[in-house]
Amino acid sequence: MPFDHKHLLGIEFLPKKDILTILDTAESFVEISTREVKKVPILRGKTIINLFFEPSTRTRSSFELAAKRLSADIINFNRQFSSVVKGETLKDTVLNLESMQSDALIIRHNCPGVPHYISTFCRSHVINAGDGAHEHPTQALLDAFTIRQQKKKLEGLKILIVGDILHSRVARSNIFLLSKMGAEIACVGPPALLPEEFKEFGIACDYDLDRAIQGADVIMMLRIQSERQQKNLFPSLREYKDIFSLTPKRFRRAKRNAIIMHPGPINRGVEISADLADSAKSVILRQVENGIAVRMAVLYLLLGGKERETTD
Amino acid sequence: MRLLIKNGRVIDPASHVDETLDILIDRGKITEIKPKIEGDGTKIIDASRLVVAPGFIDMHAHLREPGQEEKETIKTGSLAAAKGGFTSIACMPNTAPVNDSRGVTELIISEAKRNAVVNILPIAAVTRGLRGEEITDMADLRDAGAIAFSDDGHPIENSLVMRRALEYSRLLDVPIIDHCEDRNLSAEGIMHEGKTSLKLGIKAIPASSEEILVARDIILAKETRAKVHIAHLSVKGAVDLLKFAKQQDTKITAEITPHHLFLTDASLESFDTNLKVNPPLRSEQDVEALIDAIREGWIDTFATDHAPHTPDEKDVELDKAPFGINGLETAVPLLLDKLVNKNILPLDKFIAMISTIPAKILGLKNKGKISVGADADLTILKLQKEVIIDTSRFLSKSRNSPFHGWKLKGAPVMTIVGGKIVYS
Repeated sequence: MPFDHKHLLGIEFLPKKDILTILDTAESFVEISTREVKKVPILRGKTIINLFFEPSTRTRSSFELAAKRLSADIINFNRQFSSVVKGETLKDTVLNLESMQSDALIIRHNCPGVPHYISTFCRSHVINAGDGAHEHPTQALLDAFTIRQQKKKLEGLKILIVGDILHSRVARSNIFLLSKMGAEIACVGPPALLPEEFKEFGIACDYDLDRAIQGADVIMMLRIQSERQQKNLFPSLREYKDIFSLTPKRFRRAKRNAIIMHPGPINRGVEISADLADSAKSVILRQVENGIAVRMAVLYLLLGGKERETTD
Repeated sequence: MRLLIKNGRVIDPASHVDETLDILIDRGKITEIKPKIEGDGTKIIDASRLVVAPGFIDMHAHLREPGQEEKETIKTGSLAAAKGGFTSIACMPNTAPVNDSRGVTELIISEAKRNAVVNILPIAAVTRGLRGEEITDMADLRDAGAIAFSDDGHPIENSLVMRRALEYSRLLDVPIIDHCEDRNLSAEGIMHEGKTSLKLGIKAIPASSEEILVARDIILAKETRAKVHIAHLSVKGAVDLLKFAKQQDTKITAEITPHHLFLTDASLESFDTNLKVNPPLRSEQDVEALIDAIREGWIDTFATDHAPHTPDEKDVELDKAPFGINGLETAVPLLLDKLVNKNILPLDKFIAMISTIPAKILGLKNKGKISVGADADLTILKLQKEVIIDTSRFLSKSRNSPFHGWKLKGAPVMTIVGGKIVYS
C-alpha cells in the first residue's frame, strides 16, 4: 500500500484510496493499545513536535499517545509559555523548533491555512490537527473509522451533521471525506451557521431537525459555542436548544440502530441531552479511543518505513 | 531642454487623434505636433512602431510617506510609477500622521519636489484623523495642493457626516473618493464570501458590504449634486447600482483595479497572503460583470490601489497579514495584455480611461491630453513587448504582488514627465 504524501494538510485533496489505506492501517494498530506493554518500536528515534496554538485536550493527548506508542519522541509546545507571547512570528517559532531536528510537526492553529503555510518553508512532515474553521483531517478519519467499525461500511449511509456548520472544521473534513466514500450527507443548523451555499458541496441543507433526522444512520452533533450568540448568529442558547438539541424524543425518529457522534468537547444538555450522550447509542468515547489508532496510522504512513523522496 | 519624439503612433483621445506624428517638447510643455518636425540638434526619440499616449494617471496609490517608509517612500513609489508608465499618481491620506492638515500636504508636496520623478497629487482626508466625525479644513487643504478628498480604508459610517462633506466639497468643486464598505458587515472578514470562503473556512466579506455603501453614496450624490468617485468597484451589484446612478442626474464616477479584473476568490485556495486585499478578490460572476461594464463604457478609469507592504509583513499567517497588493508596476502590462491585446477594449478607449478621464475627474487642465501647450507628460507603449512580472526587479520598496511570474504582452517602454525622460 504505497502512501505518497509528505504532509497531511486536509481531506479535500486526499484521494479515496489513501483514505482507505489510513483506515486499514489503523485497524492493525488498534490492538497495540490493548496490550500490557502498549508500545512498538516502529518510529524509534523520530522526533515529533506537537505545536498547538489553541487549547486542546483530546487531539493533543491523542497525538502524544499515538507517537509514544510508536516509540517516537514527542514534545509539546504550549503557546502561553512560548516566545509567541513575546511577539515572535509564527515562521520564526517554527524554524527555531525545527532546527532541533524534528521529523514531524503537528499543527493546531486558529487561522485557516496555517499548516499549508508552514509546509511551504519547513522540511518536516506537517500534520494538520485543526486549522481554524478549515479542516481537521484526523478527526474526520477517526470518525470514518468509528462509523465503519459500527456500520461495517460507509457507502450509502445517511449521515446527519447538526449545529454550527459554518465555523466547524470537523464538519468540513467530514463532508469531504464521507462524500468521497459515497455516504449521503445532510446538515442542519440555524441559517446564519448553515449558509445554503453549502449545497454546492453536494450535501443537503435542512433547517428542520425533526424532518432531517428521519432515517439517519449516523447523527453527528457539533459543539455550539456561546460566543456565537453574542454575534446574533442565534438569539439564545435556550432557543437553540429548543430547535436544534438532540433529545431522546427527536432521536426516536432516526433509524432504529442509529449512532450518535460528537467530536467533543460536549456541552451537556445544550446540543445533546446528557442521557443520550451517555447512552448505548452514543459512540463518543469510542471516537476518542479510535483516535489513537488512526493517528498512529497517520504518523506511521508519513514517517515510517524507508525515507521516500516525496515532494507533496 | 528640447525633446523631439519622432514617428510614433500618437493617440490622443481628447482630440480623437490616432496617427503617426512628431511631437516637439520644450521646457516641459508640448510646443508642436506635426507629421514631420525637423530636429536641428534636438535630442530625438525614435518612436517608430510605438504608441505615444498622454501620460497615464493613477488616481489611487498608497505611498506610505510620511510614517511607514519601510514599505514605500514618495521617491520609490514614484520610481515604480514611472516604470509602470504612470506620469501622475494620487496618493491616499492614510499616512502617519494622516494627511488631514496643511502641514502634511505641504510635506508631501515638498518631498515630491525633491525626490519624485512623477507628479505626486496628494489626496487629503475628508475627516480629521480618518475618524469619520469632523470634516477637515478642505479649502485650506485644497489651497495647499490636495486635489481630492478621501477617508479611503476608513469609509465614513455616519451618513450625515458624509452628506456634510459632500455639501462642502461643492464649494471647491473637488471629488470625494469613497472606499465603499459597511464595516459592520465585513467585520473580521478577510476574503470574499462565496463558495471558496465556505470551503476554506475563512472569515468572509459579503458583496452587500460594498453594495450598501455604493447605494448610499449614490443617493447622497444625487441629493447634494457633489462629485463622488467610487474607489475600486468590485462586485456585480455595485456595477448595477453604478449603471442606475449614471442614468440619473449625478456626478458619479468609478474606478476598477487590475487585480479585481484578473483574479478571483478561488485563488485564495493557495492561502497566499499576497492575495489578501480589501475589497477582496471576488467571484467569477463579479469579474464577468466588471469586464462587461468596462466593455459597455460604464467604468471611468482604472486605478492600482497600489498598497505596498514589506515581505516580512506578508510572510505570516493569513489572518495576520495586512490587506493590499502592490500595483504600480504591473497594472499597465496587465491591462494591455488582458483587455487591449485580447480585443476587449480598444486602445484609444483604454488610453482615455487611464489618462484623459482621470485628468478630467481630478481637474488637471494641462494633463491627460496631447496638445500644444499641454504638460509634456507622455507614456510610450510597445504593444508587442513581452514581459514576465518579476517582483525581485520591482522599483517599489515592497514585493507584494500575486502576479509574480505572469507572462504578459504589452508594456510601457518610456515615461516622460514634464519633458524629462524618467523611465526608459
